[in-house]
Amino acid sequence: MLKYLIKRVLWMIPMLIGISLISFFIMHLAPGDITSNEAAFNPKASEESRQKLREMYNLDKPVTVQYGLWLKRMVTLDFGKSFASHQKPVFWQTTDTDGNVTKGLIQEALPITLMINLLGLGITLMLAIPLGIIAARKYLGWQDRFITLFNFIGFSIPGFWLSLLLMYWLGVVNNWFPISGLHSLNYESLDTWGKLKDSLSHLFLPVIIPSITGLAGITLFVKNGMLDVLQQDYITTARAKGLNEHKVVYTHALRNALLPLITIVGLSIPGLIGGSVIAETIFAIPGMGKLFYDAVLMRDFPVVMGILTIGSALTLVGNLLADVAYAWADPRVRRGVARG
Amino acid sequence: MNKNVFIKALSNPLALAGFIIIVLVFLLSMLAPFIAPFDPNDINVKAILVEPSMQHWMGTDGLGRDVLSRMLHGGRISLLVGLVAVGISTAIGIILGAIAGFYRGWIDTFIMRLVDVMLSIPSFFLILAVIAFLTPSIINIMIVIGLTSWMGVTRLVRAEFLSLNEREFVTASRTLGAKDTRLIFTHLLPNSLTPIIVSAVLGVAGAVLMESGLSFLGLGVQAPQASWGNILTDGKEYIQFAWWLSLFPGLAILITVLGYNLLGEGLRDALDPRSGSSK
Repeated sequence: MLKYLIKRVLWMIPMLIGISLISFFIMHLAPGDITSNEAAFNPKASEESRQKLREMYNLDKPVTVQYGLWLKRMVTLDFGKSFASHQKPVFWQTTDTDGNVTKGLIQEALPITLMINLLGLGITLMLAIPLGIIAARKYLGWQDRFITLFNFIGFSIPGFWLSLLLMYWLGVVNNWFPISGLHSLNYESLDTWGKLKDSLSHLFLPVIIPSITGLAGITLFVKNGMLDVLQQDYITTARAKGLNEHKVVYTHALRNALLPLITIVGLSIPGLIGGSVIAETIFAIPGMGKLFYDAVLMRDFPVVMGILTIGSALTLVGNLLADVAYAWADPRVRRGVARG
Repeated sequence: MNKNVFIKALSNPLALAGFIIIVLVFLLSMLAPFIAPFDPNDINVKAILVEPSMQHWMGTDGLGRDVLSRMLHGGRISLLVGLVAVGISTAIGIILGAIAGFYRGWIDTFIMRLVDVMLSIPSFFLILAVIAFLTPSIINIMIVIGLTSWMGVTRLVRAEFLSLNEREFVTASRTLGAKDTRLIFTHLLPNSLTPIIVSAVLGVAGAVLMESGLSFLGLGVQAPQASWGNILTDGKEYIQFAWWLSLFPGLAILITVLGYNLLGEGLRDALDPRSGSSK
């Protein structure tokens, strides 16, 4: 297991180098260089701020040197300071000579996005696993057909449209849930219970929408997994020895059907992080997605590059965790029989 | 593509429904200049935010423009972006997948690692970042979506090539002295075509969704040119008093994407001998 873990961690190094190359390439896509007006850089920006940008990315040096310095930035997680948000550090807090701490933009935004996505993922799994089991047990029955139709719509519905509809119906017409931000204006004056209630009602819409749109894929996955497992010989054996159907499905089949779900959850991380842009913009949630979107609109390049890199690194870490969890759950991998 | 597969797929009611939706949406969009009742960019200050009526079937927007006409013209843009983007990603996928699957060795390793790296960057972030450095325009959107969604096709083509390479007819052809190009273009590629088409059909669904999302955020198709996504952006502003501005474009996206998903899955079912649902 330890050997597998070390191998798997070392594997991230070439991946990170690849990511650094691609992000470096993107930075150089801009016509001229990123300080030129053609690159849609704010034409009113002073010569001084252009100079700052050139210095920050070493645009006056040869490309290979630039890349080396960019790589160094990535490794040391130093993404510089934001242009737009009062020179706040992009990633992590800094302390100035007077001991004042300035929090980093990503440092503040990341926990919010992680919390929303983890809650959403939890809800998705709680709904998708039972739905997938029902669809598999009633394969080709009306329940299965209904779930299949629901899946097709789930795959096809634009998340931002669903957000608008629910926001209109639940927030505007019925006024059941607040439609923007994380807290009410009077949040500070509430007691603990009131604060919790206020936070939860603000979180409801932003959490429920990605869970609905993510539901289709996971349900289909659980269904197919169950269908496969239910055809295996050991299930026939379990039935033949007279176990009741409930026990066959929930003790014997389910565990094996759910195992690959670990990998799928790991693979869904980039989609979740990327998808947060639309949901957070619509509901004005100050997370990574909103931060990224605002940075793109303001051409705040240090923030754009920082989030692109951190988002990719998070994906790698998520996949690593999924692989390790899989290895821990699957004795074949744990003992090094299958896979690397 | 094998004609029988297509016919078999269309005997599945869901796939048939998908096919009909695709054809209808395509015809309506192509005929937009002839059937749209108004000029899509014609501002009419006397008819601002008019509810759906006989004259304006889908109402008018905040500038008094006819929503139906904008929807029809917007459909052209959405389909154009979807089809061209998928054309680009499929072409890249076929080339890289064919090279990786046919030549194997270090070039295969290199291409597959590139796929892994690309998959680890959240694609929506990647697309937005590229647009931040360039400027949003229809051409840029098509290229960027195409350049960020070729990984699936690459894996698919590579896997097809690897398995076909082991088959007798390929070995026989190679033993007879066929050149690489002949093996690739007359044996391997034609036999991989069906799964590629399935993935392209499903890819259009994804690309249309992506374009509408970008346009909704104001980073895709730019005003005054209509696209389903940016009509919805306007709709968001008026959501409290003009439901029709939010309802129709969203439905159009849903139905179009549903059509491509239904046809794609129907084709996949028809192709897959293990699945019994299309019997």
